[in-house]
Amino acid sequence: MNIVVCLKQVPDTTEVKIDPKTGTLIREGVPSIINPDDKNALEEALVLKEKTGAKVTIISMGPPQAQSALREAIAMGADEAILLSDRAFGGADTLATSNALAGALRKLDYDIIFAGRQAIDGDTAQVGPEIAEHLGIPQITYVEKVEVKEEILRVQRAWEDGYEVIEVKTPVLLTAIKELNQPRYMNMKDIFKAYNKEVKIWSAADIDVDKSLLGLGGSPTKVKKSSTKEPKGQGESVNLPAKEAAAYAASKLKEKHYI
Amino acid sequence: MNFELTKEQELVRQMVREFAENEVKPLAAEIDQTERYPMETVKKMAKYGMMGIPFSEEYGGAGGDTLSYILAVEELSKVCGTTGVILSAHTSLCASVIEKYGTEEHKQKYLVPLAKGEVVGAFGLTEPNAGTDAAGQQTTAALDGDNYILNGQKIFITNGGVADVFIVFAMTDRSKGTKGISAFIVKKGFKGFSIGKLEDKMGIRASSTTELVFEDCIVPKENLLGKEGKGFGIAMGTLDGGRIGIAAQALGIAEGAFNEAVAYMKERKQFGKSLSKFQGLSWMIADMDVAIESARHLVYKAACLKDAGKSYTVEAARAKLHAANVAMDVTTKAVQLFGGYGYTKDYPVERMMRDAKITEIYEGTSQVQKLVISGSVFR
Repeated sequence: MNIVVCLKQVPDTTEVKIDPKTGTLIREGVPSIINPDDKNALEEALVLKEKTGAKVTIISMGPPQAQSALREAIAMGADEAILLSDRAFGGADTLATSNALAGALRKLDYDIIFAGRQAIDGDTAQVGPEIAEHLGIPQITYVEKVEVKEEILRVQRAWEDGYEVIEVKTPVLLTAIKELNQPRYMNMKDIFKAYNKEVKIWSAADIDVDKSLLGLGGSPTKVKKSSTKEPKGQGESVNLPAKEAAAYAASKLKEKHYI
Repeated sequence: MNFELTKEQELVRQMVREFAENEVKPLAAEIDQTERYPMETVKKMAKYGMMGIPFSEEYGGAGGDTLSYILAVEELSKVCGTTGVILSAHTSLCASVIEKYGTEEHKQKYLVPLAKGEVVGAFGLTEPNAGTDAAGQQTTAALDGDNYILNGQKIFITNGGVADVFIVFAMTDRSKGTKGISAFIVKKGFKGFSIGKLEDKMGIRASSTTELVFEDCIVPKENLLGKEGKGFGIAMGTLDGGRIGIAAQALGIAEGAFNEAVAYMKERKQFGKSLSKFQGLSWMIADMDVAIESARHLVYKAACLKDAGKSYTVEAARAKLHAANVAMDVTTKAVQLFGGYGYTKDYPVERMMRDAKITEIYEGTSQVQKLVISGSVFR
C-alpha cells in the first residue's frame, strides 16, 4: 500500500501576533511547525505503515525552508519526502495550491492520501477536498478513526454531535482531525538519518499542470482587506446551581439589552 | 569557530523538549514527593531511542553523538532533575563503560539491551569510607576457579533499585593500592548480590539511590572489564565522561529555574507593575542569563571535544564545576524572585534548588574539579 501525506509548514500561531495597522501576521521570529492536523494525518499513515507495511511519502508545497518540516516527518518515520518549491507556486490560494499538489500526486502511486483538516494559518479546510476533486477520487473529511480491511477502509467521520461510519474503496483522500490520534514524537534513530535521506525538490516544470492554474495567477481568491477581531472582554464565571446560573446569565444579558 | 548545532542536534533538542514538556514535567512534582522511580518515563524514553543516543546502531543505539545525548540530559533536567540523572547515570556511567572497555561479547550481552533501553544501568564505585578517596575501596574480589567472589558494600548508587546491569569496582589486590582495583559487570540476580537501603535524599528524590550489598557474590570471571588492576583508570575515565552529563543536568536545572522565574516576573504584580519592570530584579535575571550561557558553552565544548576524540578531562571538570555553581546560584535566585511562594511546593523552584545542590557533590565534588583544573595548570 502507498500512502501520501500532504503536509504544510505553518507559523506556530500560538506565538503569532497580528500587526494592528496592516492586519497581517507578523511572521518574524515566529517558529515554524508542522501544521497540527497534518501531524495527525502523518501519525495515522505511520500507524498504517506499522500494521500493513505501507510506504509513507510526504508531500508539501512551500519555500525551501519548508524542508525542515519534511525532515521532521522523516524523523517521525516517513519514508520519502517531496517538496514542491518554485517561484511559480508563490502567492497561491487554496485552488492553485490544490492544483499543484494534485499535479504532483498524479505522478505518484497512492492508495490513500491523507491531509489535515485545515491549516492553523489559513483555516480554510479547502485544499484536501479540492485535491480529491482534481483527482476524481472519493474523499472523507473530519476523519476520527480508520480501519483497514484489505481494499476497503472503514472510516469514522465526526459530526458536531455524533459521527457516521463510511466504507470506502481505495484510492481515497481522508482529512484528519486531532481526535484521530496522538501524534508520536520523532525518534532518535530516524533523527540521525533524517538528513541522509533525500528530499526531492520539484519545480513547476516537474508537474504537468498548466502554468495559468498555479501561483498568484491561478488564484481567484483576492484578499481585499483583513482586520483583527476586537479582543473579548474579561469573562465571568459563577458557581451556582444550573437554574440559578441560567437566571443569572439571563439577567446579565437583559442588563446589556441583548435579550 | 562555529557555535551552531547541527540540524540533527536541533531535531534532538526539539524532540526532547516536546517529550519533556508533555511526558516528564507533569510527573516531576509527584515523583519528587513520593520518591517513586518514573519507570513509565524510562520505558517511553526507550521507545524513542533516548536510552542509547550516542551508541552505534550495531549495538542497539541511535547512532548519535555525545552532544546530542548531552542536549537530551539538559532538556529533561529543565523540567525534572531526577529524570536527567537517570539518563545520565545509565548512559555515561554504565552503557558507555561497556562500549569503551567491554569485549565484543560484553557488548552483545549487556550494551545492546542497555542501549535499547530494555534494561537500566548503574555504576558502583562509592563506598561508606571511599567517596572522593576512591582508592580506599574495601570491596574485594577474589578469583576462585571460573568466578570472582565479591564481598563489600557500595552506597549512593543512582538507579540502584531498578538497574539490571551494574559496573562495580573492587580490590583484586589490596597491596597495590589504586593499581589493585578492578572493574566488573554485575547483573541483578547474581548469587550473593542484593540491593540495600534506599536513601531519603534532599533532591533528585526519585532516582532510586541505594546501597549495593555483595556477600560472597559470584561473578563469572569473563565479566571482568579490561584486565585486573585496570579498574581505577576505568573509573576515572568514566567519570570524565559522566561529568559532562552532570554538567548538562546542572545546566538544565538552571535553565528550568530561569524560565520559571522569567514567566513569574512577567505575571506577578507588586506596587502596580510587574516584577520584570523593577530594575533591581530584572538585573538579577541578566546575571542569571549570562551565568547560564557561560555554563552552556563550557558544557557543549567538553561534549564536542569528546565527540572529536580529543582529550576533555580538564574541560569536563571546568564544565561541571561551573555549571554546578550556576545551577545552585540561579535556582537560589529564582526562589528569591518568587518570594514566599518560591519557598512552597506550589511552585517548582524550591525543588529545582534542592535538585541543584547534588550537582556540586556527585561524580566528583566541586573541590575535586578544582584539583583536576589546578593540577593541569601547575603540571
